[in-house]
Amino acid sequence: MDNMQFDLLALLPELVVMGMAMFILLLDLFILPQNRFMIYGLSQFTLFAAAFFTFKTHTPAVGFAFSHMFIDDTLSDIIKLMMYLGTSLILVYTRKYLQDRNLYRGEFYAMVLFGLLGMMIMVSGHNLLTIYIGLELLSLCLYSLVAFDRDNPKASEAAMKYFVLGALASGMLLYGMSMLYGMTGSLDVSDIANSIAQQPKSPVLILGLVFLVAGLAFKFGAVPFQMWVPDVYQGSPTPMTLLIGSVPKLAAYAMTVRLLVQGLHPLAMDWQDMLMLMAVLSIIIGNFSAIVQTNLKRMLAYSTISHVGFIMFGMMSANANGFASSFFYISTYVLMSIAGFGIILLLSRQGFEAEEINDLKGLNQRHPWFAFLMLIIMFSMAGIPPTVGFYAKFTVLQAAWQAGFTWQVVLAVLMATIGAFYYLNIVRKMYFDAPEDHTPLTAPVDMRFILSVHSLALLGLGLFPEVLLGVCGHSLLISLQ
Amino acid sequence: MMQADLTSISWLSLAVWLPVLSGVLVLLLGGDHNDTLTRWLALAGSLVSFLVTLPLYTLFDVQDGFFQFEELLPWVPAFNMHYHLGVDGFSMPLVLLTSFTTVIVVLAGWEVITKHIAQYMAAFLIMSGIMIGVFTALDAILYYVFWEAMLIPMFLVIGIWGGPNRVYATIKFFLYTLLGSLLMLVAFIYLYHQTGSFELADYYLLPLSMQAQIYIFIAFFMAFAVKIPMWPVHTWLPDAHVEAPTGGSVVLAAIALKLGGYSFLRFAMPIAPDAAHYFSTAMVVLSLIAVVYIALVALVQKDMKKLIAYSSISHMGFVTLGFFMFSQLALEGAVVQMISHGFISSAMFLSVGVLYDRVHSREISAYGGVVTKMPVFAAFAVLFAMANSGLPGTSGFVGEFMVILAAVKFNFWVAFFAATTLIFGAAYTLWMTKRVFFGNVTTHHVAELSDLNKREFLILGILALLVIGFGVYPQPLTEVMQATSTEFLKHMAISKLPVTGY
Repeated sequence: MDNMQFDLLALLPELVVMGMAMFILLLDLFILPQNRFMIYGLSQFTLFAAAFFTFKTHTPAVGFAFSHMFIDDTLSDIIKLMMYLGTSLILVYTRKYLQDRNLYRGEFYAMVLFGLLGMMIMVSGHNLLTIYIGLELLSLCLYSLVAFDRDNPKASEAAMKYFVLGALASGMLLYGMSMLYGMTGSLDVSDIANSIAQQPKSPVLILGLVFLVAGLAFKFGAVPFQMWVPDVYQGSPTPMTLLIGSVPKLAAYAMTVRLLVQGLHPLAMDWQDMLMLMAVLSIIIGNFSAIVQTNLKRMLAYSTISHVGFIMFGMMSANANGFASSFFYISTYVLMSIAGFGIILLLSRQGFEAEEINDLKGLNQRHPWFAFLMLIIMFSMAGIPPTVGFYAKFTVLQAAWQAGFTWQVVLAVLMATIGAFYYLNIVRKMYFDAPEDHTPLTAPVDMRFILSVHSLALLGLGLFPEVLLGVCGHSLLISLQ
Repeated sequence: MMQADLTSISWLSLAVWLPVLSGVLVLLLGGDHNDTLTRWLALAGSLVSFLVTLPLYTLFDVQDGFFQFEELLPWVPAFNMHYHLGVDGFSMPLVLLTSFTTVIVVLAGWEVITKHIAQYMAAFLIMSGIMIGVFTALDAILYYVFWEAMLIPMFLVIGIWGGPNRVYATIKFFLYTLLGSLLMLVAFIYLYHQTGSFELADYYLLPLSMQAQIYIFIAFFMAFAVKIPMWPVHTWLPDAHVEAPTGGSVVLAAIALKLGGYSFLRFAMPIAPDAAHYFSTAMVVLSLIAVVYIALVALVQKDMKKLIAYSSISHMGFVTLGFFMFSQLALEGAVVQMISHGFISSAMFLSVGVLYDRVHSREISAYGGVVTKMPVFAAFAVLFAMANSGLPGTSGFVGEFMVILAAVKFNFWVAFFAATTLIFGAAYTLWMTKRVFFGNVTTHHVAELSDLNKREFLILGILALLVIGFGVYPQPLTEVMQATSTEFLKHMAISKLPVTGY
């Protein structure tokens, strides 16, 4: 009985999110449409409460619950806190957009919270099945969110593509897991690691690893499993693109740490090469394809692929330094992409989507302040100091260099120059061209304010990177001991 | 007692952050709707920023060949990065040049810039602080952050206020420089993993194999050669200059190019001294190509700004030539040349700006007989043209003469080709002057010209005084760098190759 109590205590944040999500779903049935702000407020409150409990129950020691199915360590707590922050920002930025398009419904918030719950379980999963269940919960929420605007044919198409390919990826992941189970006789991450360390390498094990890595790469959107990314990004309503492209990357990262580092570290030599190949290809293909895009969301999709390549640069180093640098990269990437899509949402209004790169033309003359914020975001994505994006690139490159990936680093550096081109192109449209559209901004004040603070934080973190670097390095060092 | 108080102030931090802060202040308070306030605020900011750099000269210890005014604070402990600033005899004059040029640029844009004036002034003020950061940073990543950050305001300056082909020029400028600097970043990452620190001082002491030194030198070379620019990676400069507004051209020529030259002295050569010796012949040859070939290219230009841009490349060839002959005279000559070129090229670009503001053409053929309408301006312009071609008595002569003198000792043919610049430089500058200022008034534009106003007279007058002043009495400049150049050559003479155990 005592044990059960402890188990439930470790899951407190998850329980809060789950309970509130169900409550919001029910409440929405009985609430008048004009009082819907309550739902939004409750969702934000849920995130705050979850953050509070995560912070309160945090201990430096590693805790397990439900016979090692669930792990509660520093890494998971930090990632969860970042997820709450990211989700909260997303909710702020998307509210106006949803209202304008008659999508401002309780299901959206319930679905987002359930998706968040899925991610939290992924982060804390210490068992292949737990991880898989978390992943599926997240994926199902995302599929339905993409199709949320059910009368929009482009969104339905995107949802279909996302669902079919996502299900395929889950299948591969599950297949890889079953092979691992077959070879090790366990679903527990630590047991798997111990078992693999004691047995000789077998082809089945490697095959299982290949499927596992392929499944992970699918979720990340790394080349050669990137096909869904541009279409889904472009087709989904922008709030859903934001949901797919940002916070789930943190969950995918956590899943990679659990599976590849904590579970399959004895096979590091093998997955290092796979990651390396995918990283290099992602950077090349992502950057080159992004150059020719005219649609902003599609361009950001390809830029995401190249960012994923950089993230894998850290992971392929297969040491604490490398994973800490990837973690730092992902955290900054999530911040940058939410801010970038935030600007797109800010410029959109009823009956108008600011989706084309040309829609940013002359932004400096229309709204110098938001043009400046977008400038920071773009230079941060390009990795130009003094923005935080520079340190993201710097940390993964130094980790890869330390691990001996010399030519890959030089190649990545060359590709970063190419990447700079399309970010510069956006700055150029904003600052050097004359505006074609003079409609005033209609975004609410809270969104403007938070977006400003958020974008300036990219600059602030660039001037004082230690704040975030310390957190990422520290949490990983503790968790990978 | 007074002395002690003055030295305890963080002059370098003030020099770096005051202009940045005043830039932000101009943006916030000035805005685009309050032009008068913006201008005066920018002028006040640049003047104060200039004043705080003066103590660097007055309090400078000329006997000390190492870093002075050092400031050291932890910045990113996770990677052992520090906020470490300091100046020596090479960088101190460049810091003063930067803050001085910013005042000139603010004055030069006074009523000429009408579009987004607050952003214009702020960009130059912020850029000034960043460039001083480059000259003073003693931590590799701090240096790198300043070095790259400088691209952002420059990119905007050329792109927003530039000429018709500005987008092409500014993106070319950005990508060229970025590619070079990213390779430098790889070199820093390598050095970091060798030493576990980003301290410049640690890099100076680090023994490196010849192969490593060669790679490091090449990586640095890619970054710095683009910036200087050396032949054959110079092609971005004429494009950028032609499209940039006058202020942008001035900053590019007077300071941005010096960042490359300075960085050779601060990073490439002392970190990889053996590679520097190994590549010295190649570097001398590249420099001579810049001096001779680019001078010939300048001769055939039809556009005044392009001509001055090529002349800048040719003059910067002298700087790199001076660096790689490894003698004190040549080294000091090269640094003097950097400073003097800062004044002369500013003056030349400002003179073109004076004409361009009135006629809106940079073509040489659009002018002729300007002297009849603008006699005062013509007097200034001829003086600067003389200085640009290295006439004795102007600052342009001092640096070139020192380098040529050193070259005679180094190798006769090097000296021979370097000396041709006195002929070619005179040829292209004076020919342009002749076509623009003398002869008959050919077009009605010229006939309608009015002479300098007070503001223009003030700017050109100050520069003329400096050009003649340093030409006649270069002592204040050479004495501050003497101890530093002695130490530098001492360091360069010691091989960093690991001793093989025989």
